[in-house]
Amino acid sequence: MADRLLFGRAHLAENILHFVRVLRKAGLPVGPAKVIAAMEAVEAVGVDNREDFRAALESVLIERHEQQVLFDQAFELFWRNPQLLERMLQMLLPKVYGRVPPADAEAPLPSRLAEAMAAMPRKPSIEAQEQEIDLDAALSFSSREVLQSKDFETMTVAELAQVRLMIARLRLPLPELPTRRTRPAAKGTEVDLRATLRAMASARGAVLPLAWRRRRTRRPPLVVLCDISGSMDRYARMLLFFLHAITNDRDRVHTLLFGTRLTNITRHLRQRDVDVAIARVSAAVTDWAGGTRIGACLAEFNRRWSRRLLGQGAIVLLITDGLDSDVGDGLAQEMDRLGKSCRRLIWLNPLLRYEHFEARPAGIRAMLPFVDEFLPVHNLESLTQLTAAFSRHARRGGVNAERFAA
Amino acid sequence: MPSTLLPESVDAVIALLERHDYFADRRLATSVFLALKMRRPLFLEGEAGVGKTELAKVLATALSRSMVRLQCYEGLDTASAVYEWNYPRQMIEIRLTEAEGKVDRETLATNIFSERFLIRRPILQALQPDDGIPPVLLIDELDRTDEPFEAYLLEVLAEYQVTIPELGPIKAASPPIVVITSNRTREIHDAIKRRCLYHWVDFPSAERELAIVRRKVPGADARLSREVVAFTQRLRAMDLFKSPGIAETLDWAEALVALDRMSLDPETVADTLGALLKYQDDVGAITPQVAAQLVAEVRIEAGKAVEARV
Repeated sequence: MADRLLFGRAHLAENILHFVRVLRKAGLPVGPAKVIAAMEAVEAVGVDNREDFRAALESVLIERHEQQVLFDQAFELFWRNPQLLERMLQMLLPKVYGRVPPADAEAPLPSRLAEAMAAMPRKPSIEAQEQEIDLDAALSFSSREVLQSKDFETMTVAELAQVRLMIARLRLPLPELPTRRTRPAAKGTEVDLRATLRAMASARGAVLPLAWRRRRTRRPPLVVLCDISGSMDRYARMLLFFLHAITNDRDRVHTLLFGTRLTNITRHLRQRDVDVAIARVSAAVTDWAGGTRIGACLAEFNRRWSRRLLGQGAIVLLITDGLDSDVGDGLAQEMDRLGKSCRRLIWLNPLLRYEHFEARPAGIRAMLPFVDEFLPVHNLESLTQLTAAFSRHARRGGVNAERFAA
Repeated sequence: MPSTLLPESVDAVIALLERHDYFADRRLATSVFLALKMRRPLFLEGEAGVGKTELAKVLATALSRSMVRLQCYEGLDTASAVYEWNYPRQMIEIRLTEAEGKVDRETLATNIFSERFLIRRPILQALQPDDGIPPVLLIDELDRTDEPFEAYLLEVLAEYQVTIPELGPIKAASPPIVVITSNRTREIHDAIKRRCLYHWVDFPSAERELAIVRRKVPGADARLSREVVAFTQRLRAMDLFKSPGIAETLDWAEALVALDRMSLDPETVADTLGALLKYQDDVGAITPQVAAQLVAEVRIEAGKAVEARV
């Protein structure tokens, strides 16, 4: 087996290096130090037993449980079949799907792994390059996107890398607010009696400077309501990556998607691996790229979720173009209630990027009076500008909203 | 005061609670029974006003235990929930020692951070009761506090102990009966729920609610009680933002008794609706027509029930 796997000692090092690069391209945080560690580990276990070999690499290269899936798939593909690119092609082209064993429904083969491997300059032959071009063509084929169950796997590496590069720089764009808790601080506002007395006791009552504490600060909870109807399709896809990037256990970020019905996807987004997270989201959401019923969905949010999510001074981010397919009388009332239940209500509307945007559609007119802020969201640039919006203190009918409501 | 023995069965729990004016359904009684038997905290979640806090109070009375209540709020910290050092006394102690001038530093530090200078807050009181009888510890509205405090509670709930850095762990000789309530204004972390027995307290059935009204508002006429309960039950079936809880039903019944009403009529309903519904949208939804319709329905229903009994 060692023969098939490796082509001698020099090749082993080279192959490990390649393998680590594949993992890195696929998004695993493996630095150059890991390559050396991996080689040492493989030296120690030897290459006679495939399972030992795998375990050795795994123990060095994986840091979190979430990375296991990606590692397993990468390992299988990389170390089993030397004709890597051909294999990858078979996996990717829909017409030959029948020949490969179907991927686990829970964790479909992440496209970024596939493309990370395909893009490797491992065998830079002309043949391979041609195949890569084919590969891209296959991946940008997107007729399945309009299907009810959205297949995110068709995102190309170029698209993904671009979006993710920018997203990686984004943090939860919320200003910190003072809480009622305190922490020790050199220049604090409250006396830390406990620390002061401890110091006094050990100094036998000598007069000592006081120890101080100051208020801890924390980000307020953020609730995101994102429209995934047909007209919002292009943006929703991009925004999901943003939402995944800002969702973690520590910050209180809740995300709900709505089209014709409301789906809470917070738990799915907590999944660290972005591929798995988005696969789960697309499995959970049934109304992708369909119609919109903003009023009904907001009503459901107000009834079922607002008291559970908006409790501690939350900021609400409403992402929709406001083009409601059934503008009911209820929309304005629901917006009013939503606005009253949260600290700030910020509406992000991709239509705002058009210079001559006018708030004509009935849905938009109904919603505008109740938002604190009305901002564009057509590119990631506009997402980075959110921080400023969150820090402003304008109230109802604030920045931009007035201009369009007139 | 000797503590009453713990009930031996679910039926015994129902009977015990009922003797103290609390009508629990069988599912709730089972949770209570298990919590007592397995010595696990009981986690009660549900709409406001369905009797979560009341259950803890009744348990304390019924089992002859004292009740220690910890009302949660945002920013609740160990100093107000668990313990605090008595700083003024510590300062005096340091001054006195200094005046005597013979105690060394180490001893002084140990001295002033000893149990003598500890102020016990609710959780520590519950773990170390003065009378030695484990009390009922009510941690009320846990959803109002923040995650750091929840995390702190994990040790308390799993081990019935708290750790004070200067003193080490303090463990309860016998664990208190812990009842945690939440109105679900946010989700409590799974780690807390895992350590507890969870029960969702629902609105009561008409029958049970009537029993509660009869017991708690004895001044209300039998017919009026029926009408009140039937009316509230109908409101709960409507699409309201906040359905009235049992607490609201009782308030309303008392309000009607105070107004000397023997039976419901649309005008009285309109005047007293504020006792039942606390959101303007909900009050607005009960227009005079709706109120008249509802009153007509409940009158017929209550009339039938009274006839059937006669």
